[in-house]
Amino acid sequence: MGAEFVQFSLTPILIGVLASIACALPGNFLVLRRQALIGDAISHVVLPGIVVAFLLTASVAALPMLIGAAGAAIVAVILIEAIKRLGRIEPGAAMGVTFTTLFAGGVLLLEQTDTSSVHIDVEHALMGNLETLIWFRADGWGSLLDPVALASLPPELPRMAVTAAILTVLTLVFWRWLKISTFDEGFARTLGLPVGAIGLGLVIAAAVAAVAAFDAVGSIIVIAMFICPPAAARLMTNRLEHQVLWSVGFATLSAVLGYVLAGYGPLWLGGSNAVSAAGMIAAVSGLILGLACLFAPHRARVGVGREDAG
Amino acid sequence: MEGFADALLLRAGYNAALVGVGAALLGFAAGASGSFMFLRKRALVSDAVAHATLPGVGLAFIAMVMLGGDGRWLPGLLAGSALSAWVGLLVVEWITRRTRLPEDTAIGAVLSVFFGIGIVLLTVIQSMSSGRQAGLEDFLLGATAGMLYQDAVVIAAGGTLAVLATWILRRPMTLVAFDAEYAAASGYDVRRIDLAMMGLVLAVTVIGLKIVGLILIVAMLIIPPVTARFWTDRSDRLIWVAGASGGLAGYFGAAISASAPALPTGPIIVLVAAALFIVSLFLAPVRGVLAALLRHRRFQHRVHLRQGLLALARGDRILEPYTIRVLQAEGLARADGVATEAGRARAARIARDERRWAVAREVHQDSGLTGRYDGLTPIEQVFTPDEIAEFDRRLGGPTPVGGA
Repeated sequence: MGAEFVQFSLTPILIGVLASIACALPGNFLVLRRQALIGDAISHVVLPGIVVAFLLTASVAALPMLIGAAGAAIVAVILIEAIKRLGRIEPGAAMGVTFTTLFAGGVLLLEQTDTSSVHIDVEHALMGNLETLIWFRADGWGSLLDPVALASLPPELPRMAVTAAILTVLTLVFWRWLKISTFDEGFARTLGLPVGAIGLGLVIAAAVAAVAAFDAVGSIIVIAMFICPPAAARLMTNRLEHQVLWSVGFATLSAVLGYVLAGYGPLWLGGSNAVSAAGMIAAVSGLILGLACLFAPHRARVGVGREDAG
Repeated sequence: MEGFADALLLRAGYNAALVGVGAALLGFAAGASGSFMFLRKRALVSDAVAHATLPGVGLAFIAMVMLGGDGRWLPGLLAGSALSAWVGLLVVEWITRRTRLPEDTAIGAVLSVFFGIGIVLLTVIQSMSSGRQAGLEDFLLGATAGMLYQDAVVIAAGGTLAVLATWILRRPMTLVAFDAEYAAASGYDVRRIDLAMMGLVLAVTVIGLKIVGLILIVAMLIIPPVTARFWTDRSDRLIWVAGASGGLAGYFGAAISASAPALPTGPIIVLVAAALFIVSLFLAPVRGVLAALLRHRRFQHRVHLRQGLLALARGDRILEPYTIRVLQAEGLARADGVATEAGRARAARIARDERRWAVAREVHQDSGLTGRYDGLTPIEQVFTPDEIAEFDRRLGGPTPVGGA
């Protein structure tokens, strides 16, 4: 736990934790509103977004990529809504049509363009590159106070920190609106709350979190963190405040434990190479959800007796 | 272009022909079995099934290498993927049944967690000495380029079996998909039929892994049924229309992809299916956007015609420009809104119709017939001539139009 830890593990763990929290916060409301799979859809359409951004700007700079991905997410939301209304198709199927088509378009564009010189490929989009976000200039805990070393932090860390902070602030500012419109939309409407705008804002906030996190950690973590920690937290408590806190705790635990298991687990088992940290973080969040399904205090559906619930 | 024609006519080589036939059969089976899930409003369950195949592929590879065999033996990999997808399916069912989490959350959780485990296993395989050229990444997006002859045979045979199974199980599955309560009341075991439905979806997914890849096979299960929904309101036809559109997408997609390099099979098949969907969305009769637009225009035309004529009958000035245009086009009014001779005659008839309706609503106070009054339907379509004669008797003699 010395210089080597700070150099190689501290920043990836922090980025993983921040990305997990940023996704878990809007995930709480998406799960309660039965829109959990929006996260899945968004993380699929991010691929065509960044490919188009790359084709237009011919660079892999962060800003065009983020704008492209966010644009694709918004286009996808509009398309889903349009198919639902124009074709009178149920939401799940409309979502499935939209994101698979956009994803297929993204893959095709990727194959058609020469991206061999740059770092875009489908696997990168899925797995991220958490392991490579190391802090070269660090030589111990003292570097945290060294401005020269701090300037060479991987840019993903401040970006992710800002995103997580924005989402936290948004969640706190709009807390009452979100809470009321999530649990009782009719009541929210009679209070004069802009219910439609709140729903759209939530999806856009989720898209922002997904896009920022995607860049650093890949889309597997994004989908897993939207759903698993909030779902596990949902089984722990009946109060929204506590649920959000639990979900943040679960997200943090998944990120730290997943990264450590991926980096050091194989070594403990006698292997030599680390395994995918993104995959392991998703797996750990699944493990937590599994435990919650088996033992959490509020796991049973209301109205189901203990014997039925098993 | 020539390459495309060759591939279309199955002349682009034995493997390409097998892949084309296999993709068509797969598309048909996927469209048909996806219809059941779509009607059951559980389309995205197939998303969880597809992603849950990945750990099975990885584990099967590792197991086969450990037993000293070739890790890339396709039937072995497919068996592994089927097993883990089945586990994923059971987990989705278990979470929805045993906890208070809704189904979409269960789907998302299974999808992401199984996929994450699969990615971990893939990185494990990459670090194994025999795993460097495993090519298991091909299962993510499908790849038919380097396909072996045996693999193509496996896919074609699997596609045939899936189509057969759909045919045999179509009756009970249609019933459950369309009205599960009725099926249960008729003595069908709904849970078992649901599992059979899932099993069929699972089989399609596993067969499609090599062609379309596990991320995009979902599209083959969802897009064709949604496409078919525009063309029919009958559940039994929906299945075959969906199957046909899926089969077309598979066949043409495979042919296009075989005609040129850098055209990956999976995405091309999905995009062909999506093109069929977009055409249906806009051009389908009755449910299509264009048809709805035309229907709306016709309705608007009728309302403006009727209201314009009523205004003429009352001698009111017409201010709405569209109403004047409608009346003018039918030769019932001049550009300044003054009625022509024909217009006055039509207006008198409409005004009489309106008065007859008023009497009819008084006479038949709460009958289902007067409920059909919408200000557009001529009374002759609802009441018999002798009833109308009775309304006229109550109305009294004719009155002149427009106070003239």
